Amino acid sequence: MTLVILALFIWLAAWFLNVYLANTSASDSRWMKLLVPAIFGFTILIVWELVVRGLKVPLVILPPPSLIAETFLAKLPILWKDFVQTFVKGALSGYFIGCTAAVALAVLVERFDFLRRGLLPVGNFVAALPIIGTAPILVMWFGFDWHSKAAVVVVMVFFPMLVNTVAGLGETTAMQRDLMKTYGADPWQAFIKLRLPAAMPFIFNGLKISTTLALIGAIVAEFFGSPTLGMGFRISASIGQLALDMVWAEIVVAALAGSAFYGAVSIIEKGVTFWHPSQRG
Amino acid sequence: MRCSVFPVIAVICGLMAMWYIAVVPMNIKMALTDAERSGMVVTPSGAKERRDRSAILLVAQNPFAIKATFSLERPRLPAPHQVAIELWNSTVNKKITSKRSLIFHGWITLSATLLGFAIGTGLGTLLAVGIVYSRAMDMSVMPWAIASQTIPILAIAPMIIVVLNSIGVQGLLPKAIISAYLSFFPVVVGMVKGLRSPDHMQLDLLKTYSANSSQGFWKLRLPSSMPYLFASLKIGIAASLVGAIVGELPTGAVRGLGARLLSGSYYGQTIQIWSALLGAAFLAAALVAIIGLAQRITLKRMGMA
Repeated sequence: MTLVILALFIWLAAWFLNVYLANTSASDSRWMKLLVPAIFGFTILIVWELVVRGLKVPLVILPPPSLIAETFLAKLPILWKDFVQTFVKGALSGYFIGCTAAVALAVLVERFDFLRRGLLPVGNFVAALPIIGTAPILVMWFGFDWHSKAAVVVVMVFFPMLVNTVAGLGETTAMQRDLMKTYGADPWQAFIKLRLPAAMPFIFNGLKISTTLALIGAIVAEFFGSPTLGMGFRISASIGQLALDMVWAEIVVAALAGSAFYGAVSIIEKGVTFWHPSQRG
Repeated sequence: MRCSVFPVIAVICGLMAMWYIAVVPMNIKMALTDAERSGMVVTPSGAKERRDRSAILLVAQNPFAIKATFSLERPRLPAPHQVAIELWNSTVNKKITSKRSLIFHGWITLSATLLGFAIGTGLGTLLAVGIVYSRAMDMSVMPWAIASQTIPILAIAPMIIVVLNSIGVQGLLPKAIISAYLSFFPVVVGMVKGLRSPDHMQLDLLKTYSANSSQGFWKLRLPSSMPYLFASLKIGIAASLVGAIVGELPTGAVRGLGARLLSGSYYGQTIQIWSALLGAAFLAAALVAIIGLAQRITLKRMGMA
């Protein structure tokens, strides 16, 4: 019980510290903007640890963070193999195929106004559907290995990517297109120098949405059948054994992979769309 | 919007045609095996011989089997009309209480989706209000709320189900919690943006009226957040439905659309999978359309549309 009371005190102390820090004059500085959320995150971890230990919550309901960290470090080789199977083979390859195919189709479609007007509403509609449900079908078609997971990822990222790219390619104004014509640019030059750069913020928006979708698709597809490795397989198998520390370790891997993937795409975006107002701020 | 009805129909027809064409090579091997068993002459004979042949070549060699590919019992890819018939049979021709009725399973999923969506939206709005009015909360919580969108939170769905199951909570609530969790973050991020959308001029005007902060909230911030709220509600309800479907997977395929998907994949009932999938698609489309309608009516009455 003392641990729970201690947790309460730490929570209150951290809360007052954050309120104090947030209202000081230095709160707009870069360090403060990192420090305050960091304090918040650490407080949650400490309170979680103390409450779980204090109330003696069984391990099959909620393991304490220290145990999860221990499992994470001890099972690093297994986690790495799962990561390679699910993320590198399944999610990444599907992400590249899906995004490339969607951008290619968007470039083709963009030339024909008729197709664009037809495909955009359909694409928007499909992007809102629970596409993850195609996973059992694709697992049946492409087998249990990573190929089927890549296929699920392709289907999941395709439509958000298509819609964003088509919207982006239509982003140029009549003025800009006229300017290209006065320069005597042929359609190909106008595409490379005007339309494609103007579409980049939209394309990267689609790419960023797709990073999360890719990881979700690859993990959930493994719930429908997989070889005996992979993040989704490990999660469902460990739940069966009530080894929740392993599940949480796998979730940590998924969170790290998801954030790193998103971060990597954001960094590329910063380099490519340096001219856009949202990047100059 | 009206002028794009014809292109949309053309694109949908094109997709349908592609689907029908794809059915032939996808199912040809299975159709040929069936034909051989019933005594017809098939070139080349023997399923083993045909396994590594290209499907298109087989279609060219056995054109008589094309018709059979559209009416297999467990095809690799069912034809659209097979799925439509199954959908019709499992919705209209079955009693709603029957376990084979898609409406029954759809309702199970829908109720979890709606409950979760209501919880997620409510809590998300509350947190957004807290974030807008408390700088400490803004600085502590907001970065995590944004970062959490890059994390595949769907991966913890099976764990929530099993853990809640082990402490005796079953049925609707665990699925609703997953749905709530998925719709929570889009609503938080959207509402924070929306509640901050009034500009300084408008806030200053309210100050000159000597409005207190609760009046400022009800008369300015909340109304001007509506477009943002509806945009995130549309994302949230789609995410809620996905959450409810995935939440049905680990409990061992008992009830709900997710269970139909899983049991279909266990027993190779492809037509059942496709009809459950289309059922889920209709449900998602209907939910998003309802929110779109509410959005249009609300914004019109507020003079924003």
